[in-house]
Parts: sequence; structure tokens; C-alpha cells
Amino acid sequence: MWEPIILSLKVAAIATAFAFVLGLFFAYFLNKKTIPGKNIWETLLILPMVLPPSVLGYVLLVAFGKRGFIGSFLLEKFDLQVVFTWVACVIAACVVSLPLMYQNAKAAFVSVDPVYEQAARTLGSGEVKIFFTVTLPLGWPGVISGIALTFARAMGEFGATLMLAGNIPHKTQTMSTAIYYAVQAGNDELANTLVLILTLFSFILIFVLNLWLKKKNYNTTYDNKL
Amino acid sequence: MTTNFKIVKKLDRFTIDVTCGFDQGTLVVQGESGAGKTTLINCIAGLVMPDSGEIVIDGRTIFERSVSTDDNRSGKNPPARIDVPVRSRNLGYVFQHYVLFPNMTVWENIVYGIRNKAEYHDKTSSRELIGYADYIMETFGISHLKPKHPREISGGEKQRVALARAIVTQPKLLLLDEPFSALDRDTKEVVYEEFRTFKKNFRIPTILITHNEGESRMFGDSVIRMKEGRIIY
Repeated sequence: MWEPIILSLKVAAIATAFAFVLGLFFAYFLNKKTIPGKNIWETLLILPMVLPPSVLGYVLLVAFGKRGFIGSFLLEKFDLQVVFTWVACVIAACVVSLPLMYQNAKAAFVSVDPVYEQAARTLGSGEVKIFFTVTLPLGWPGVISGIALTFARAMGEFGATLMLAGNIPHKTQTMSTAIYYAVQAGNDELANTLVLILTLFSFILIFVLNLWLKKKNYNTTYDNKL
Repeated sequence: MTTNFKIVKKLDRFTIDVTCGFDQGTLVVQGESGAGKTTLINCIAGLVMPDSGEIVIDGRTIFERSVSTDDNRSGKNPPARIDVPVRSRNLGYVFQHYVLFPNMTVWENIVYGIRNKAEYHDKTSSRELIGYADYIMETFGISHLKPKHPREISGGEKQRVALARAIVTQPKLLLLDEPFSALDRDTKEVVYEEFRTFKKNFRIPTILITHNEGESRMFGDSVIRMKEGRIIY
């Protein structure tokens, strides 16, 4: 019973780390800078949220399969096969949860009044320093929400994971897939336990996040500061 | 120390076209809301790119862009010949609503600009810079606010912190955008007096923007009045 839990936690943590970096990167550049083709980039980032998991899983399978353009490259250059390994679980979870990270980071950065960044510029800061000392700290509550939701979504990922990583016990079986197969096999005890753990975990995560957000509530528009 | 600028900037309703210069003291730019005053100092600060013009501060050209006839016909301006980035212009800017960083303490706000200076990475110089920040805070009577966050201090205190933050980097020119407009009447009187003392003691060339005639008379060593982007006197 513990293996799917540990694997789910590991997959969710790594997927969240990747989604965090990618989400912040795209949220910052697409919303704070002038980037050509912004709408296309944004649509691509949000697409995984609206596509059926089976479609997404299929696309990932085609891309990362032995003959896929990424899969063949990884196999040829690094002798690495990701399909039906735990890495596939991470890829599926990351792709599925990235829109949540992106949307939250975007909302957070857009809510930071650009006048703070201008003030930092007049005080001699470069763009990288402004990002880390002004934009990110002021948008932090929204970014933290994004991290929590991304992690929760990655923990619960099922459809795309099943298609890309399968459900191999001791190898790629996450909590969600384990629940599905426990129900299929009539193992209600295991299904109930895993459902309880997953629900409790998600509840605690959202509850703590809400408490923290209530405490940490900056106004990031300067009109409210007077 | 001389400041000269010629700025042309097309806005939606009118075009700012201002040529001006001053040696020392405070140049007051007076005008009604929407006269283009803030855009003018944003151009000087580098936050807004003028369509054409030249800005020279203390003999150093920080912006220069001419309009060629060919480009003018096509409606495009050539790239600026000189456009020193905002961070390297060495100007102090006090925004209308002060814009203190809410995630930092008053002390962190004050030393933010100092930490961006190249000299800060040298141990002796950094000690001197920090010492100067302490001196400025003491002079402004805000030393006791060091550990507080901007949300915990009054409007008048915010104004003093914003001014201290702007001058602690020892700028060549200070830009003040309606620095008194957000204060109530009683606080204003106190802050006016403090500003008079500040002017006398620090002698930093300053461009002060205001819509208030009284403030123009009180602080202006020279005054220009703007209407729809142009100097009317």
C-alpha cells in the first residue's frame, strides 16, 4: 500500500518543481514583456486543462514513444526510454498541472502594480533583481496557491498517467491508478484507505493554504497603500 | 550642475513639446491634471521613451533621439542615439503615492538603492553607504521606523521615507511627482516645513511637479506652467 503513496508524493513533488519553473517563466514573460505570438503560447499552455486526459495521454505517448520525436531523440542520444517508467508519471503530471501553475502565477504577476517595478528601476535595479526582490515577493501569495493546486492536481493525476506510464505495480502505480485497479479487483479495503488518504491530504493542503493566504495579504496596488 | 532637456512625446490627446533648463535649486512644473507633467518627468527618468529630444544632466547626455525627415514621413522615429537605461541614470524619483515596497521594512526600502550600487560590493564603501543611509534617516527623523513595514506608518512618514529612499543614492537630479498631494492639510504644513529645510540642507537639483499654485511659489526657484503638453509661461 505504501509504494503507490510514496511514488505519488515523489511524482507530484518533481512535477510541481518543473511546473513551478516553467509556469513562472511563461507567466512572467508572456504577461510582463512583449512577446510575439503571445496568444498562441498562452493557448498551448492552457490546452492541457481542457483536453480530455485520454487525448493528452495519447499525444504524450506519440511524442515520447520510441518512434516519437522526443522519445526517439532521448533513446538515440541518451539511451533513455521514458514510456512506462516513473519518469512518464512525472511528465504526465507536469503537463496536466502546468496550466494551474501558469494561471495562478499569471494572476499573481498581473496583480503586481508595474509602478513598483518602475520604482525599483529608478533605484538602480536590473530586471532579474526586480523579479526576485519585487515582482515575485509581491505575487508570492498567488504563486503559493499555484504551487499547492499544482501539487494536488499532480497527486491526483490519472488518465494521462495511465496512458503514458501504465499501471505497473512497484514501478509506475500511483495512488490514483492503484485506487482504480483496487476497485476493479474488488479490493474495497485498499481502495477506501487510499481514497481516505488522498482526500485527507488534499483537504489539509487546501485548508492550510487558505489560512496562510488570509494572513499574508499584501495590497499590491499602490492606491490602497495610503 | 546644469540640467537641460528637450522632450517631444506624442500622447493620445496632444503632443508634449517642452524645452527647458535650469542650473541649481528647484524647477517647479505646474499645471492642471492631464497637462503632461508626469509623462514629462517619466521621460526624464527613462520610464517613458520620448519620440525625440535630448536630456543632459550635469554635462552627461542620458538621452538623444532625433527625428529624420525620411522617418518622419513614414511616421516612424529612428532608434535613440543615446538612451541610458533607467537604472544607470542616477536620478531620484519620488512617486505621487510614494510606492514604498510593501514586502520590505522601511530600512530595506531605504537601502534598496544603495545595494544596487557597484561600490556597495566593496566592504569599506558599503560601510560608508550604510552610514550615509543612517545619517539620512536621522536627519529626516525616521530612524525609529526602521523595522516597520509601510502599512504600519502614517502618510507623512511614508512621504519622508520615500524622499529619503530617493536621495540616499546621492542622485544628480531629484524628480518629485506631486509629493504633497496625498497628504491631509495638517500633515502638509509639517511636511512643507521639512521640505524647506531639506532644500536648504541638501541642495540637490530638483524638478517638482505640482498642480498647486501655493507650492509653486513656496518651492520654485524657477517655475514653468504647462497646458496640454506645452509651456504657457
